[in-house]
Order: sequence, then structure tokens, then C-alpha cells
Amino acid sequence: MTSARARIWKRLEKIGFAFAVFVLVSPAALVFLWMLSLSLKNEADNTAYPPVFLPNPPTLANFATVFARNDFFTFTMNSIITSFSATALALAVGVPAGYGIARAKAHAAAVLILISRMTPGLSYLIPLFLLFQLLGLTGTLTPIIITHLVITLPIVVWVMIGHFEGLPVDLEEAARIDGANRFQVFMRVSLPLALPGITVATILSFIFSWNNFIFAAVLAGRRTRTLPVAIYNVLTFEQISWGPLAAAALCVTAPVLILTLIAQKQIVAGLTQGGVKGG
Amino acid sequence: MKLQPAPAVRKRRGARLEEGGYFWFIAPAAIVVAAVIVFPWVFTLYMSVHAWKLGGTREFVGLANFARLLGDDRFGWSVLRTLWFTLLAVVAPVVLGLFAAIVFNRKFPLRGLARTVFILPMMATPVAIALVWTMMFHPQLGVLNYLLTSVGIPASQWVYHADSVIPTLVMVETWHWTPLVMLIVLGGLAALPSDPFEAARIDGANPWQVFRHVTWPLLLPYVAVAAIIRTIDALKTFDTIFVITQGGPGTASETINIFLYLQAFAYYELGYASAVVLVFFVLIVVLSLVMLRWRQRLAEATK
Repeated sequence: MTSARARIWKRLEKIGFAFAVFVLVSPAALVFLWMLSLSLKNEADNTAYPPVFLPNPPTLANFATVFARNDFFTFTMNSIITSFSATALALAVGVPAGYGIARAKAHAAAVLILISRMTPGLSYLIPLFLLFQLLGLTGTLTPIIITHLVITLPIVVWVMIGHFEGLPVDLEEAARIDGANRFQVFMRVSLPLALPGITVATILSFIFSWNNFIFAAVLAGRRTRTLPVAIYNVLTFEQISWGPLAAAALCVTAPVLILTLIAQKQIVAGLTQGGVKGG
Repeated sequence: MKLQPAPAVRKRRGARLEEGGYFWFIAPAAIVVAAVIVFPWVFTLYMSVHAWKLGGTREFVGLANFARLLGDDRFGWSVLRTLWFTLLAVVAPVVLGLFAAIVFNRKFPLRGLARTVFILPMMATPVAIALVWTMMFHPQLGVLNYLLTSVGIPASQWVYHADSVIPTLVMVETWHWTPLVMLIVLGGLAALPSDPFEAARIDGANPWQVFRHVTWPLLLPYVAVAAIIRTIDALKTFDTIFVITQGGPGTASETINIFLYLQAFAYYELGYASAVVLVFFVLIVVLSLVMLRWRQRLAEATK
């Protein structure tokens, strides 16, 4: 009698738990699936009510429309150049800085990075916008790459401080005794050990630069838009139909989603350590 | 390379290793930070005491911009709206994220896959996702109203009505950032000691009692960290609001950040916008400090 009741309770608990998992995961799944569905349907099905859920038959016409626009390639290149440059520059100066701050215990520098993390991205934009106008750099990718450093550099420095603080200093001390100078110690001993941390910093920095909207929204000219700015402009100014818009949105976010699937472990490690986010 | 130095030497050298001399490691980054982060801060201070119109005149006005802000109803409302939005956009993801962390802390079939899907929103491009939500919110053709009405809930105006626009935007923000809260709390759950749980089980506590008296107090510091990060991010929310509503309908979703954007880059009132930046920054710092204090008091109380 009691064991039968216990079994029923256990059953109910299992069902309740499965339901909880379903409720938690479905909003994420539904938005992405709906995006996919919109991008694979023709216009009649996309504006039908009640909505058509499954594309029947699925069409790639929306993607063809997106790729046929000659500026889509330009905007993609802009995004790629911007994110790679901003990440590479941030790594070049940020990895040594993270090392220096961790080893010299320069907590003031760490606090500065933290405050920059709290400042809204827009507040950097007004002075920098004026500066770039003065220097005549508007209409090129340079201002966009430079402003993206506002996001990428704090991420890299923050992740690297945490990583270098976690590395034992014994090996470095040994190398110093063997006559290596600080720079040699860093290049030959610390840097190779820091590769996992650099991977985390690179991935996060790239993703938040790729996703960034506001800097390019203000600074980009007609030919220097990054992908998020380009699709925003299509939505507001061109009144384009839903299918191609969903297809374009999918193309913009797909690289980031694929990267997340591949490097989930690194991303989770980096985010839980620093709670970093750009913008 | 010899890896076994004599202990005495090692100690002395170790002290030297920490002494500094890391100037050249930090200098390049310091220059970049000075140029793209510190220079804008300082120049904003300078601009905020000028009437500075782009392409127009520039004139020292002292604190007139701040006085104007005090009397600007539109700005006042944007502050209240930002606080309301922030409250909702902190509480909802923290509550849901805590719940999700407890769920994902248990082993179940396909857990890895479920967790991957769950964290995808956090990394997805906000502008791209905002476009999809915009299509889903369409009052006549949108899929959300179809889903609501098909289960008997009346259709909503979503972002097209002043009363529902903020909760709707909070929903999008919650969708994006609940995973971050979940990851932070999940990290906390993984670090919990197992002794108190065994003691509670031996004492015959039921699952709710275990959560209330053992798990919750131990998790609180992690929840606090998540809440602080969420507060800073919620105050700064821009992409989602700007792409979906541009502050509308009317000014019903115009937060400080949107107000700031319009002043600076739609009306080109750069001096006035700089004053907004300063007030906004002070607000963020004050709220962060209040939350940090709260976290410290929590830490002391649970000691």
C-alpha cells in the first residue's frame, strides 16, 4: 500500500520535472525554430493567418534574395574585418596587460576595467564621434574597429587576469633563476600555459564584437555598415517582407550560434568567471 | 631548463617577482584604455558644461545643462521608466535562472542538449533576435497572438500599446539573459559543500525544507552576484528596445539610454547629452554600490 503510493509519487515527480525542463527550454527553441520557419517559407505562407508552422515545401528563395543583394557581401566583410581586427588588437595589448596586472597585483587597473564595464556604450560614442569627425575618419572602418576595442579589451584583460592569477608562479620563478628576463619568462613559460585562457578571451571578444550594434549604428556610413546595422536598416527603411528578413537575421546570428555550439565549454567558463558582456 | 631551484633562493626570487617591473606589459593597454575609455570620460565632463550643438555653436554654460535636465519632464519619466524596466528585468531572469539552475543541476536524459539549447539565447545577436520578436508581436499576423488565442487567452497588443510595451520588452530581455543567471547559480551549486545536505537528510527534512534552510542560504552570494550583473546590464539595455520600439509607442518605452541616443544623435544636442551621460553614470554607480553593500551584509549575515 505505502510502496504503491510512493511509486505514484515518484512517477508524478518525474512528470513534473520533465514538464519543468520542457517549459524552460521551449522559449529558446521556439524563437530559433520560428526564425528558421519564416526563412524557409514563401511570402503567402508567412503572412497567412492562422500561421503556417511547417514550410511546405521549404524554399531557399529567401536566402537567394539575401545573397543576391550585392551589398550583403560588403556588410559581411565589414563585420568580419571589424570583429577580427578588434579581437586581434585586444589580444595583442590585453594579454600582456592581464599578465602584468595579475603579477604586479595592480588592483587599481582591475577596478578601472570594472568601471568601464559599467559605463553604457553610448557614453563613449559622443566624444569619439566628434574626434573621428575631426580626424576625418568617418566613412571608414577604422572608427568602428577602434570603438569595438571598448568592448573587446575589457573582456580580454578581465579573462586573462583571472587566468594568470590561477597559474602557479613556480615555473616562472624557476625560469627567472635560470637567467630569463621578464619578457622571456612571459613568452616562453606563461604564454603557452595561458592558451586555454586566450581561447576563452578570443571567443567571447569575437562574439560580443560581432553582436555589437550601437557603435556601428552611429559611426558607419553607407558602405561601412556591419551586419547588425545593415539588417536593422532593412527593417526600418525598406519595409522588406518577412521571409528575406528572417533569412538575413538567421545569416547574421548563425556564425555566433555555431561557435557557441562548438565552444560551449569555454564560453561557460569565461562567462561564469567574469560575468562579462559588451555594450 | 632546471625546474628545481634551492628553496631559499626561490623564496627571495619569488618576492622579487611580485615587486613590479611589469610596466611594459601594461603600458600598451593603458594607452588604448586612455584613448578609447578615459579620454571619452574626461571629454564628456568638458562637454557637459557647454551648449554644444553639432556643426553649430559651442558656448560655456556652466551647470545649465544639468538645471535643464532637472526641469525636463521627458527625462524624468525616462528615469522612472528605466528603474521600472530594470526592476522587472532583474527579478524575472534571477527567479527563472535560479529555478533553471536547480533543474539543470540534476541529472536527466539529454541534459547536455537541453542545456545547450537553453544557453543559446545569451549568445545570439540581439538585433537579429529583436527582428524575429518584432514579427512575432505583429497584432494581426503574429504567431504569439495566434498561440495565445488558441489556448483561450485574449490577444495582446505587445509592443504596440503603452501599457504592455515595457513588460513585453522585459520578456525579450529575460529570454536573452536568464541563461547567464542560470550559469552563475549553477556554478554556485557545483561549489556547495555536501555535509549540510547529508545532515539535513539524516534529520528527516523534506525537499522544501532542505531548499529553504540549506540550499538557499548557501546559494545567496551567487544569486547576489547574478543580480548585480543583471542590474548593470538592465540599466544599459539598448539594442532590444531601440530595434523593437525606438522608444515608442510615443515615449512609452523611452529609457534613459534611448533618451540619450535621441539627444545626441537625432537632435545633435551633444552638451545636453553629455549631461545625461553623467547623471546616467552616477545612477548606475549608486545602484551598483547599493547592491554591493547588500551583498556584503548578506555575506556577514550568513557567516
